Amino acid sequence: MTAAPPPALEVEGVAFAYPDGHQALFGVSFRIQPGERVALLGPNGAGKTTLVLQCNGVLLPGAGRVAVTGLPVAAEHLKEIRRRVGIVFQDPDDQLFMPTVAEDVAFGPANLGLRGAELETRVKAALAAVGMEEHAARPPHHLSFGQRRRVAVATVLAMEPDILILDEPSSNLDPASRRELAEIVTGLDVTILMVTHDLPYALQLCPRALVMNGGAITADGPTAELLADAELLAANRLELPFGFDPAALRVR
Amino acid sequence: MGGGHSHALYLPGTSPLHRARPQCKLAAAFLFVLAVVATPREAFWAFGVYALLLTGLARVARLPLPTLARRLVIELPFLLFALFLPLVGQGERVEVLGLSLAREGLWAAWNIVAKGTLGVATSVILAATTPVPELLRGLERLRLPAAFTTVAGFMVRYADVIVDEVRRMRIARISRGHDPRWIWQARAVAATAGTLFIRSYERGERVYLAMVSRGWTGSMPVLQELGATRGQWLAALCLPALAALVAATAWGTRP
Ligand SMILES: Nc1ncnc2c1ncn2[C@@H]1O[C@H](COP(=O)(O)OP(=O)(O)OP(=O)(O)O)[C@@H](O)[C@H]1O
Ligand SMILES: [Mg+2]
Repeated sequence: MTAAPPPALEVEGVAFAYPDGHQALFGVSFRIQPGERVALLGPNGAGKTTLVLQCNGVLLPGAGRVAVTGLPVAAEHLKEIRRRVGIVFQDPDDQLFMPTVAEDVAFGPANLGLRGAELETRVKAALAAVGMEEHAARPPHHLSFGQRRRVAVATVLAMEPDILILDEPSSNLDPASRRELAEIVTGLDVTILMVTHDLPYALQLCPRALVMNGGAITADGPTAELLADAELLAANRLELPFGFDPAALRVR
Repeated sequence: MGGGHSHALYLPGTSPLHRARPQCKLAAAFLFVLAVVATPREAFWAFGVYALLLTGLARVARLPLPTLARRLVIELPFLLFALFLPLVGQGERVEVLGLSLAREGLWAAWNIVAKGTLGVATSVILAATTPVPELLRGLERLRLPAAFTTVAGFMVRYADVIVDEVRRMRIARISRGHDPRWIWQARAVAATAGTLFIRSYERGERVYLAMVSRGWTGSMPVLQELGATRGQWLAALCLPALAALVAATAWGTRP
């Protein structure tokens, strides 16, 4: 028996159709090793969010399998799966629903059965990780958008996930907030899968990238190499921002 | 984003009234109003005592009386209704300033005005000293079904988000030349309502997904034990006990 550690996330031949019959995923396969930071790139409607929802069993694949550090995503393991996989959704207003920031951060770990002092330390640590300790007692809807995004990250960190999935974390953030979020993300010691339309951001944070289009993975490799491949980008409706020089990527 | 409409009624403070347990305050307010309603309408002095009690409470909580008075305005429609009663009432009539008024109608109007004002004043003080989330927790402690308090909590949480969405849609409409003064433009308003419904519904779905993703299984976790001690209950129930005493005396001394 070889004792290689199981991949942090293993997706194998996953196909999925929404109840209205719309087929969103056509046999998606990839593996992410523990500690990796991977970007998931692709145009609108590629199926990125749909794929993310397969990873913690909110949607269950019609065919194929998903496993998180060796544990298959299936109805009987959902509680443990949801502890291992933390998803930060695109709109923080969808994620923050408790009366105060601290209670919102406590929601996840409390669902895992934590109480009292243990719960409190978790909440404090998670808020400290995103630099939001002093806002613990405020209602989430009184915070700025960037602050809400950070709290949303904290709500998931408080569950101490093995893998953190961020769905378009930099959208609607001003450049300073984007940089702060990048610092938070690079400072974390977890496996990360980050969905983004922001290619330079992906390059900055994730050494590896997956490109998705039309419900299938069309490329998988080092981010710098993928972004330097103009044909690949064009074929997948991906565009670098104006003035961004892909040639500069090769020297890296 | 929203400016926090849902917290507009709360006036922050550190008075004993602010610090009292929400479930005690709720129970006390409810019982107090019961006592007020049960008081015979002829006992003018009793209503005076109630008003004094409430003013004293507002003093203790250091609430600005003018602000409270302004909030009483929400009962105006009921007062207008009460005003009509003496005019349209049947039976024995009395002359007041040359107007022929029904005696029974006058009593009914006084009854509504006095008890209504006291009831509204009680809620105004309660709302000014208790933030909405705490009120909900108090209701939960009073054994209201969790489904009710959870739904109410979400309504409070998302009221701002939805109000904001309405505002954005209105701006989008008028930016494209919509002028809601004309009746044929009512269609656009109706369409907005429809869109708002769908957006809110979809938002609900996304919130649900986010909750499930964080291990939610159908009941909100209890994060803080907000139990009240016997002493806290006793202190809170002083007010309705006094009011009950007043009501009982009013009945006892009725001519
Ligand atoms: N609830 C749903 N019911 C039916 N079809 C859906 C549903 N949600 C998404 N789809 C469809 O599935 C496909 C993939 O959608 P998905 O949200 O995964 O895209 P995405 O890659 O996340 O796009 P974006 O970059 O715009 O967020 C799209 O064609 C979309 O129309
Ligand atoms: Mg998406």
